[in-house]
Amino acid sequence: MTSRLLSYVTLTLVLIFLLGPFVIIVAAALSGGETLAFPPQGLSFKWVMKVFEVESFRASFALSMFLAIFGTLAALVLGVPVAYAASRYRLPFGETIRTIVSAPIIVPGIIVGLALLRYLVIPLDVGVGVALFIAHTALILPYAVRVVSASLDNLRSDIEEAAVILGSTRVATFFRIVLPNIQSGILAAFILGFVTSFNQVPVSLFLSGPGVRTLPIDMIWYMEITYDPSVAALAALLAFLSISIVFLAERFLGFSRYV
Amino acid sequence: MSDETYLDLSDLTLAYGKTVAVDRLNLSIRKGELIALLGPSGCGKTTTMRAITGLLRPASGTITLDGADITHVPANRRHVGLVFQSYALFPHLTVFENVAFGLRLKKLPTAEINQRVEAGLAMVGLSKFHSRKPAELSGGQQQRVALARSLVMQPKVLLLDEPLSNLDARLRLEMRTELQRVQRESGVTMVFVTHDQNEALALADRIVVMKEGVIEQIGSPEDVYNRPQSRFVADFVGFENIFPVENGQIVTENGRLELSGAASVNAPGLAWRPNMVSLGNGRFEGEVLGAAFAGGSREYLLMSPLGPIKAEMDAAAPVFEPGSKVAFDLPPERAAVLERM
Repeated sequence: MTSRLLSYVTLTLVLIFLLGPFVIIVAAALSGGETLAFPPQGLSFKWVMKVFEVESFRASFALSMFLAIFGTLAALVLGVPVAYAASRYRLPFGETIRTIVSAPIIVPGIIVGLALLRYLVIPLDVGVGVALFIAHTALILPYAVRVVSASLDNLRSDIEEAAVILGSTRVATFFRIVLPNIQSGILAAFILGFVTSFNQVPVSLFLSGPGVRTLPIDMIWYMEITYDPSVAALAALLAFLSISIVFLAERFLGFSRYV
Repeated sequence: MSDETYLDLSDLTLAYGKTVAVDRLNLSIRKGELIALLGPSGCGKTTTMRAITGLLRPASGTITLDGADITHVPANRRHVGLVFQSYALFPHLTVFENVAFGLRLKKLPTAEINQRVEAGLAMVGLSKFHSRKPAELSGGQQQRVALARSLVMQPKVLLLDEPLSNLDARLRLEMRTELQRVQRESGVTMVFVTHDQNEALALADRIVVMKEGVIEQIGSPEDVYNRPQSRFVADFVGFENIFPVENGQIVTENGRLELSGAASVNAPGLAWRPNMVSLGNGRFEGEVLGAAFAGGSREYLLMSPLGPIKAEMDAAAPVFEPGSKVAFDLPPERAAVLERM
């Protein structure tokens, strides 16, 4: 009985720990006071409304959306062929390739950001926006490869041979047979990549310039200047956005199969 | 069926890396023939089939089809069909689209595609299943779709990989008849791979028995069943009592034995099916180690001076109890004469 009680207590503590910050942020967002505080002073939607009026939020939201969408698309364009090659052919140095591809997950983002700043942006005079795009693409690539690999491994390779014998070229087989059958894996990879990119802080921290800031970085910057609850409101909105995307993905794709 | 060679494999050597799977194989197949490649797993039969499709490049040798050297023609331009053991239907396409796949690639007019797909589905009895997805079909139905998908392409040769092995016993019989009918109606040259001698015997015009990458025997089902040429083929088709012969004597575990009437036998080996062993009288005596009722007959395992002997008697014949001594004989005139041991 005691062990059972203990496990319930542990479980409750874990849940509080996981969900607690979210509750606090939502409560702070709905505060009627003038500064970020918990417990909130009064109840009001004014900070939620203010989020939409802050000019820099709009710009950084647009940048974050752009990076999340096009960074993920670029990562898929690069990652799907890698995943295909790794699953269908015995590549020389296959293991090395896999390790290199997953490096961005393992190497701390702060190092990736610093490296890109020091060796790309500064010496080559590459724009911060371009560097951000490269960084986000590289960061999403491992997820794209991994998720797409999982669905390729579930797809029998003899259907590709069947298509070839029926007169299809290897390339046409990839587009007509392989791609339609790994659609949901690709969509899952897209969602995972999107969310990862959108919530990315450490890499983007180094790659900010005048007027070029991703939304999370902009939030940090805003908080340093204006300590009002609109940051909490924005955080709550973003959390809801992420949750609903993942919820819908789970509902329609069985997202957790891929991640 | 004409007498001319239609599909010819000449000195074909196939290898996976450095492992040779098929060693200098020679095989000529006539137009309209139904050929079985028979052998245990690892004998090279599937490898040979993959080489005919072009999915596997030969290490050496040539493949000629309908007068043209196709050794280096890629798989998608060979006009060869293959029904996979796993059927390999396209899971995202309907039955109709699966069958139409190859025809669409040929960019045929829509009306012709429709007509040929309909005819193909009608041939395998699946006209009503157009819009189903493969996952909604039974194994037998999936196989028919795979068959129709290959047939509508009007291949010069249709290859089938273990076509009956994934089906249950009743469906197997049905599909066997079906395959024969389809072959008769379409007149297509068929080569199928199997490890099941009964399948090969029932379906094929000629059987090619393979062992470790080499052809052991090519012959009609009657030839292979009644006149196996080698120890391996004899064993594979159910000759369970096989003895080497030297100087007219059969060589056993316990020395040599004179075999009356067999003195003239100039072959390296003799083989008897269990039902060729005469039980109840004869020159040898054995002890019954085991007996099993097998419906129409009774099977015995005897321990004798010749070594273990498997015998089979009609169920109506007298029964020998385990432990009893029984006389038996291996009638030389009934034995299969082996050319190779």
